[in-house]
Amino acid sequence: MRSLTTSFRPARRPTGTAAALTGLALATVMVPAVAQAEARPGGELTLYTTREVALVQPLLSAFTARTGTQVNTVFVKDGLLERVKAEGARSPADLLMTVDVGNLVDLVEGGVTQPLKSAEVEAAVPAHLRGADGQWTALSMRARVLYADQALKAGPIRYEDLADPKWKGKVCTRSGQHPYNTALVAAMIAHDGEARTEQWLRGLKANLGRKPTGGDRDVARDILGGICDVGLANSYYVGQMKSSKPGSDARKWGDGIQVLKPTFAAKGAGTHVNISGAAVARHAPNPAAARALLAFLVSEPAQQLYAQTNYEYPVRAGVALDPLIQSAIGPVKADTLPLTEIARHRKQASLLIDKVAFDQ
Amino acid sequence: MRTVLGRPRAVGPLWHATATAIALAVLAPLAALAWTALGAGTAHWGHLVAHVLPLAAAQTATLLAGVGLLTALVGTGSAWLVTRTDFPGRAVLQWALLLPLTVPTYIAAYSYVDLLHPIGPFQSAVRALLGVESPRQFRLPDARSMTGAVLVLSAVLYPYVYLSMRAMFATQPARLMEVARLLGEGPWGAFRRVALPMARPALAVGVGLVLLEVLNDVGASEFLGVTTLTTTVYTTWITRSDLGAAAQIACAMLAMVALLVWLERQGRRRRRAGTVHAMRPAPRRRLRGLRAGLAAAAAALPVLIGFVLPAGHLAVLAWQRAAEGHGLSAQVLAGARHSAGLALGVTAIAVAAGLLVAWASRPTGGAGRRRAWWLGSAALGYGIPGTVLAIGLLPPALAMDGWIAGALGWPGLPLMGLGAVLVVACVLRFLALPIGGVEAGLARLPAPLEQVARSLGESPWGTLRRVHLPLLRPALSASALLVFIDVMKELPASLLLRPANFETLPTLLYAEAARGSYEHGALAALLIVAVGLPAVLLLSREPAPASPADDASPAFMPMKEAT
Repeated sequence: MRSLTTSFRPARRPTGTAAALTGLALATVMVPAVAQAEARPGGELTLYTTREVALVQPLLSAFTARTGTQVNTVFVKDGLLERVKAEGARSPADLLMTVDVGNLVDLVEGGVTQPLKSAEVEAAVPAHLRGADGQWTALSMRARVLYADQALKAGPIRYEDLADPKWKGKVCTRSGQHPYNTALVAAMIAHDGEARTEQWLRGLKANLGRKPTGGDRDVARDILGGICDVGLANSYYVGQMKSSKPGSDARKWGDGIQVLKPTFAAKGAGTHVNISGAAVARHAPNPAAARALLAFLVSEPAQQLYAQTNYEYPVRAGVALDPLIQSAIGPVKADTLPLTEIARHRKQASLLIDKVAFDQ
Repeated sequence: MRTVLGRPRAVGPLWHATATAIALAVLAPLAALAWTALGAGTAHWGHLVAHVLPLAAAQTATLLAGVGLLTALVGTGSAWLVTRTDFPGRAVLQWALLLPLTVPTYIAAYSYVDLLHPIGPFQSAVRALLGVESPRQFRLPDARSMTGAVLVLSAVLYPYVYLSMRAMFATQPARLMEVARLLGEGPWGAFRRVALPMARPALAVGVGLVLLEVLNDVGASEFLGVTTLTTTVYTTWITRSDLGAAAQIACAMLAMVALLVWLERQGRRRRRAGTVHAMRPAPRRRLRGLRAGLAAAAAALPVLIGFVLPAGHLAVLAWQRAAEGHGLSAQVLAGARHSAGLALGVTAIAVAAGLLVAWASRPTGGAGRRRAWWLGSAALGYGIPGTVLAIGLLPPALAMDGWIAGALGWPGLPLMGLGAVLVVACVLRFLALPIGGVEAGLARLPAPLEQVARSLGESPWGTLRRVHLPLLRPALSASALLVFIDVMKELPASLLLRPANFETLPTLLYAEAARGSYEHGALAALLIVAVGLPAVLLLSREPAPASPADDASPAFMPMKEAT
């Protein structure tokens, strides 16, 4: 930076204080980072996450309180893989955390992870929620459920039923190309085959009450707003909305819906479940700390936090659901399809979603 | 570098090398992107051509045409009203019309979906008026539509047009309009046949900026349910994990942008430089009665839609949050500090770099033309989506970072860790603003000016310092303020390139929006607007000479608006 600023100095001198201002401004930008690098009482580790930091912060604080290890965080949305790849062997990242199994598999296939080698993870997390290659593990689960108008009388429902013309103009969902939806469509391809899934997508598109956009909470809001009767959304938003302050908008949306747990039509199939998960970075400067954090994240107290502050389903057996989720949704019968099978079909799913012009 | 007839060379070798290095720095991420594109197959194009591109291209074209037309209309109309007519409130409105610049497109989109939702305040009021109880019985069309996207984007982007048109109208000499009126044109005829054709370059510059903003917007149009070519790049990259294919689409779009930039430059190539005659600007016509009321209403409407309603909505949300006990947190304050620091640093560097490049490639009578690629390439950064620019910048920047650290024996990636890569990304992204501003400012100056200075024995550096810089001050400050405001709103590059534990206001807001609690970010959103406000107020005092080479601008008159 120094060389940059000095080389520009001649052109700027007449504007007086600009040089001083630049120095000051850049110092504001840089000082926190430098200060951070110096404060390392119990060691530190760096977490790159596509989950918003606020969601995992209670977990990280608990970890720091327990071990004294500081956790530096970067919340990156798109481009996590490209950033870690470009940083290469000098990357500061120790642990990589994502939502959606496909994103995790991308990291593994991109060659930026290393084997977990964690006895704690193997003991706590069932095998079908971990990568067969030993490179990643799920940390929490969320179900893709249906929000429905309170007044709606609905019996058992299947995802496939959403293409039924009786729902015409009454279904809401976010963009078909969002990972939550591509994963669902990928699972359907695995269950029902590509041809039937394409037909289903066309039927679903014809039933949409509005453009597929926004987020999952918008489904609840649009049900209350009379735009639709049912909509696909993730389970944990129910807890978020229903725990909002009484009288707030979010609380009204949350209280305006009931939650249905659809299943796939295939015999024995269950409700579509996706995960949040993590992998150890290949060039982690502090892999031991990364493994310690992983071990903590699958421990009983951390899994309780996942359930209670994030309203997710724990991956560790025997950990209770949050009471709000327990009463509004209850336990789900998770689909038996292996997660890797879903990851395998997601590109096909994305192409199909394009093909039926779902988002247009 | 010496030219025929002993004309003075533009700049010394060191300066020349620096300008070349800056232009190459802008091209580096594009080259990295092109390299990625070359590495990918072409199998996906069949799918894209069959199922995606026709619709996405049509949507993009509709969006561009809609926003382009609407901003041209609103920007030109409001600029004309405040520069050529007088009505109650004009003095306030002439700066208030710039306020929507502080509102990022994604915030406007969120706010309007909130405000216009069937259970939002507007439709609830309509239902109450009609005596309808439930939105299931009566509701208005959804804001999440192409129409909604055109309106929302135009509402916050028109100031780019307004700014350059206002500067143009304010400096158009009165004589020309008087001649037109003497020859029998009415006020409308004089506007249409004299003022408007003369203002065309300014209109092109303003609308050009608007269109580039629309092209690089992802958040707002996506939230409003419009699938553009930019969305296609994202879907291919993120959902199908095919960066190579995404880079190909991005490069194709970029080629179109480059073509537009080139065409625009060709179009104004033969424009004459300004004259030194000080001319009397046109006087304002005083409107009375109904006409004055209509003019005030017409000029106030864009401010209401582009600023008062979205910012007011944010203020209400922030107030509600504060009432729940979530006031200014240390995190939000740190975010504000980081955002302002980043914006100040980027502004200073971008303006210096822009001045350096634009001044080095000024026409000096013979040698200037050849460096046009500096200007052209530097302008490209503005037209690509921030994430795409950031992805392209990652490989070259981090390779250099690692190399420097290796040579110095330091661990890790110091430039990335200190935020320098983010600063560079923002500079590259917004360099087009100061370059365009300085270039236009230089074009207004008469060419003999420099020759006179040089023949009197002034060095090139002395010419810049003692002749050009004082005259370029309005252009420099206007582009500095625009860069500052743009960096305050910058999200995608910040999201990808910032160091650990470093949040800006937009990344804080985005994190809240991503977890579905947008209203929790209201305070951060409000602060983005608030920190941008002083910049806009300063900007309103500097009519930006963003218009290139207009014919008869009073170069030696202070460029303040005449009163």
